[in-house]
Amino acid sequence: MPASSSAVEWSPHGLTRIPFTVYRDADIYAREQRTIFRGDTWNYLCLESELPDTGDYKTSFVGDAPVIVVRDADGEIYAFENRCSHRGALICLEKAGKAAKDFQCVYHAWTYDRQGNLKAVAFESGVNGSGGMSAEFCKEDHHPRKLRVAIFCGLVFGSFSDTVDPFEEYLGEEICARIERVMGRAVEVIGRFTQALPNNWKLYYENVKDSYHASLLHLFFTTFRLNRLSQRGGIIVSECGAHHVSYSIVDDDDGSSGPNAYRDQSLRSEQTGYQLADQSLLQGFKEFNDGITLQILSVFPGFVLQQIQNCLAIRQVLPRGVDRTDLHWTYIGYRSDTPAQRDMRLRQANLVGPAGFVSMEDGAVGGFVQRGIAATEQQQAVVEMGGQETASTASRATEAAVRGFWKRYRSLMGV
Amino acid sequence: MLRAQIQEFHASYVRCIDADNLEDWPSHFTSQCHYRVTNADNERDGLPAGLIFATSRAMLEDRVSALRHANIYERQRYRHVVGQVSILKSGLQQVECESPFIVARIVQSDETSLFATGVYRDIFELGGERLLLKQRIVVCDSSRIDTLLAVPL
Repeated sequence: MPASSSAVEWSPHGLTRIPFTVYRDADIYAREQRTIFRGDTWNYLCLESELPDTGDYKTSFVGDAPVIVVRDADGEIYAFENRCSHRGALICLEKAGKAAKDFQCVYHAWTYDRQGNLKAVAFESGVNGSGGMSAEFCKEDHHPRKLRVAIFCGLVFGSFSDTVDPFEEYLGEEICARIERVMGRAVEVIGRFTQALPNNWKLYYENVKDSYHASLLHLFFTTFRLNRLSQRGGIIVSECGAHHVSYSIVDDDDGSSGPNAYRDQSLRSEQTGYQLADQSLLQGFKEFNDGITLQILSVFPGFVLQQIQNCLAIRQVLPRGVDRTDLHWTYIGYRSDTPAQRDMRLRQANLVGPAGFVSMEDGAVGGFVQRGIAATEQQQAVVEMGGQETASTASRATEAAVRGFWKRYRSLMGV
Repeated sequence: MLRAQIQEFHASYVRCIDADNLEDWPSHFTSQCHYRVTNADNERDGLPAGLIFATSRAMLEDRVSALRHANIYERQRYRHVVGQVSILKSGLQQVECESPFIVARIVQSDETSLFATGVYRDIFELGGERLLLKQRIVVCDSSRIDTLLAVPL
């Protein structure tokens, strides 16, 4: 049952304390929708390659707001709210489609062009000289809200805000470069899945930015040396705190950086002697020249780009209520993939998603928190690993990127 | 005769999963096989990725050992019900068929919920002592998976 007190007290301990109420409060949820998702942020909509031709469209969401994304005859991609300006019904009911000339609401047949302009009102002049819209009614004044659209490296983002920074400025140079690293080549979708998470959206998004948990909760990772805190790597947190990149570089000869770091602390994560019967999953191919085998990148407030070995995916985080979140997975490959490379991506997709060897736990752990905090009042989460800062760091035993999230969240929400 | 064999196979398959004898699950497949859990949208669009994607019995064994030794998830049980089999193509070496299923999941809080519905698209290898799956594509009707998919379908 969501709480509804809006009196949230933020601790004076800077960004290291999070009142649990922010994950449970219905008023806060409503304010986030207005201030964050429909405010000065860019929200992922789809891949440009999903809309190759004129009239191709997808329906998606910006926070709670349903939106239509469509390519018009001028080659540009447009996005507008999927809400008829007459009675508010959904204009488009399909997940995706091709060759749409226009969009007609089924309720009273009001028709919109591919840029969201109202073009026709059924019986506008009445029937047999009677009825019809009043003379003052002007179609130009009635259309669903339109979004600004930005396309970067084949990723389509939208914003309801007129004042948000241009997209590349919003990201900053470092984040742009890390997106280009993965998305600099033509991609195609190889699968889509939705994971319904039993928790507030922020708990999942913090989990994405939390490099501290990765090798503790996810045993599969650790055992097969896909990601150990003792490997080389680091965290990049954008200036404003909003976006982050966590990456690791796997060295061929492990040993220099303290192989006993885990055993000495008796952590659960290490179990020696665990072997795969079929090793093909781990025999990925080199496709980046920088030796980075893992890169998790987030763009505030709900976009994740993931490279785990050769498994590439986009995750779209969509709030669905105070304690419900939809996570939309889009698995991608490069159009230039050889059959063997594509096969490896399909094998390594076993690592991620709702059944992923290394990500299955993330689907449940947010729910453990949501259930754990059910009776909290003044209590707060502690986010102090790695200090109090939000700066980029070479260590991944840190919650710097989580604090970065709260830095941006609090400045947008004015709290 | 063949239909009865397939029904018997289904019974054995779902019984081993629902009774938590997961170690027996891979033995229902040939050593080179294809097992994939996907959804109707991906199948319609020809998208090849799966939530679980295996090309050998050994990969299925790895699934089981990961569930037993590596992955962290709340204890849960399934109850599979498999419906009438449609035999689509029957040859000397193999038979292709399709069977609908529903799976309820029972979680720690003792809540029972409808977890998945869909069809098994199967290719069975004939000629051995018992039927074995060369291919099972688990096509879920919905693209949504609640929380996580740990135990196989």
